[in-house]
Amino acid sequence: MSLLTPDFGLLFWMLLCFLLVATILGKWAWPAIVGMIEDRGNYIEESLRKADEANAALANLKAENEKLLAEAKNERLELLKEASKLKEKMIADAKTQATIEANKIIENAKESIQLEKDNVVKEIRSQVAELSVTIAERILREELKTGESQTDMINKLLDEVNVAKS
Amino acid sequence: MSQSKNKTISLFKKAFFAMLFLLGGLTVNAQENSEAADVQEATSEVISEEHATEKEGVNLKEMIFGHTGDAYDWHITTIGEEPISIPLLCIVYGQNGLDVFCSSNLGHEGHRTEYKGYKIAEEGSHAGKIVEVSTGERPWDFSITKNVASLLISCSLLLYIFLSIAKKYKENPRSKPTGKQALLEPLIVALHDDIIKPSVGKNYKKFSAYLLTAFFFIFLNNILGIIPIFPGGANLTGNIAVTLVLATLTFILTNFRGTGAYWKEIFWPEVPLWLKFPIPIMQFIEILGIFIKPIALCVRLFANMFAGHTMVLILIGLIFIFGQMSVAAGGAISVLSVLLITFMSLLECLVCFIQAYVFTMLSAIFIGMGQAEHEGHE
Repeated sequence: MSLLTPDFGLLFWMLLCFLLVATILGKWAWPAIVGMIEDRGNYIEESLRKADEANAALANLKAENEKLLAEAKNERLELLKEASKLKEKMIADAKTQATIEANKIIENAKESIQLEKDNVVKEIRSQVAELSVTIAERILREELKTGESQTDMINKLLDEVNVAKS
Repeated sequence: MSQSKNKTISLFKKAFFAMLFLLGGLTVNAQENSEAADVQEATSEVISEEHATEKEGVNLKEMIFGHTGDAYDWHITTIGEEPISIPLLCIVYGQNGLDVFCSSNLGHEGHRTEYKGYKIAEEGSHAGKIVEVSTGERPWDFSITKNVASLLISCSLLLYIFLSIAKKYKENPRSKPTGKQALLEPLIVALHDDIIKPSVGKNYKKFSAYLLTAFFFIFLNNILGIIPIFPGGANLTGNIAVTLVLATLTFILTNFRGTGAYWKEIFWPEVPLWLKFPIPIMQFIEILGIFIKPIALCVRLFANMFAGHTMVLILIGLIFIFGQMSVAAGGAISVLSVLLITFMSLLECLVCFIQAYVFTMLSAIFIGMGQAEHEGHE
């Protein structure tokens, strides 16, 4: 068989088969395969990008959450502080109020005690006066039972009046 | 890049010619040996014995061309005198019109018979081919020869492999590739994205089908070629008809789809005026280049694959030649030969891929040249 002269039959079959295979594969195989590979590549790239974005968003969210949490904590602390302040103030207010009230009551009590005392003193005075008058009456009656004593008395009193007039 | 390619190619060519010389020398030796044997045995009597020694004499050249060439049947082995081969279909169109028959009707090597006015020529310029008995001329021969059968097998394989892969892609788009899809996807992607796209330019989509098909066609047939038994073993890509068709297709795609800028580069290249007028030196070189490029493509693939097959066959032939001289020599050389054949076959596996790759890449580059743009100079 000749090495360098192409055989007509083989040329014919080769051309036919190769063109057929190239046409069929060119129509149904290569576009599908290459297209799908490209499509998948794009899809994977897109997915990776999206995952990255989601991760970033998640990280953002986390940071925000933490910030919110910290803020809330601060707020609570402040609230607590304020509440304790308020409490103290209330207690202090109540104390002063109570003192004032107590003072007032004491004052009132003192006043009424004073009044009562005065009254008592008045009563005691009047009673003492009455008693002394009664006692004096009694004494006078005893002393002035006789006539002479009565005259003596009148003289004495008159002298006294005179002395007082002069 | 192409320089190193040329270097490897020239290396292969050197190896090829070295082997051819070796082959020539060996056949001469073999003939001398058998002649010596003939003289010795001519003194002893029987003709059948002489016939037998003639049979035993190893004709390396015939063996090699028998294995690398085409045939009307697919020879597998010969047990004793009986060749075992797969008969193939002969389709011829001669003086009596169309004839279709089985190749077993034409007998086999060493025992040819005539059938329907056709025979396989034993000698002459059509040796080994079907000729008409009456005139000795070749009819239109569309026979399914060993190479055509191998071609049909490989084309069916190609169709099966890639259509099933395409189906897989369509059915489960975006899923992880599995099986042959996973095996071939990196190759397809590498070819498409790293060779076809950058080499051809922006119109790559029109040519990618041809280039991808050509790559996988060459690669598959190269691989099938180095498998020694039935579905493989035909030296299809080492046949000039096959590489000629492929190179012609590249030639057609390069020139018939060529742009105006491409033709301008050929007929009025940007070189000093005296190079192109009044004597059109550059035009002459460029026009020659149009034809040399595909011829180089054609011969490169053919020569590489043919040389690979030939070297393996020579190494096998060595065992028989030395075995004829003495059993010890044959035994010794067989160890060496087997080692060398193993090495050669491994090398051939590499060459199978490299040649398919080189053919596709150069085709892509030539087609890319044909797609030149006006501004895109160099």
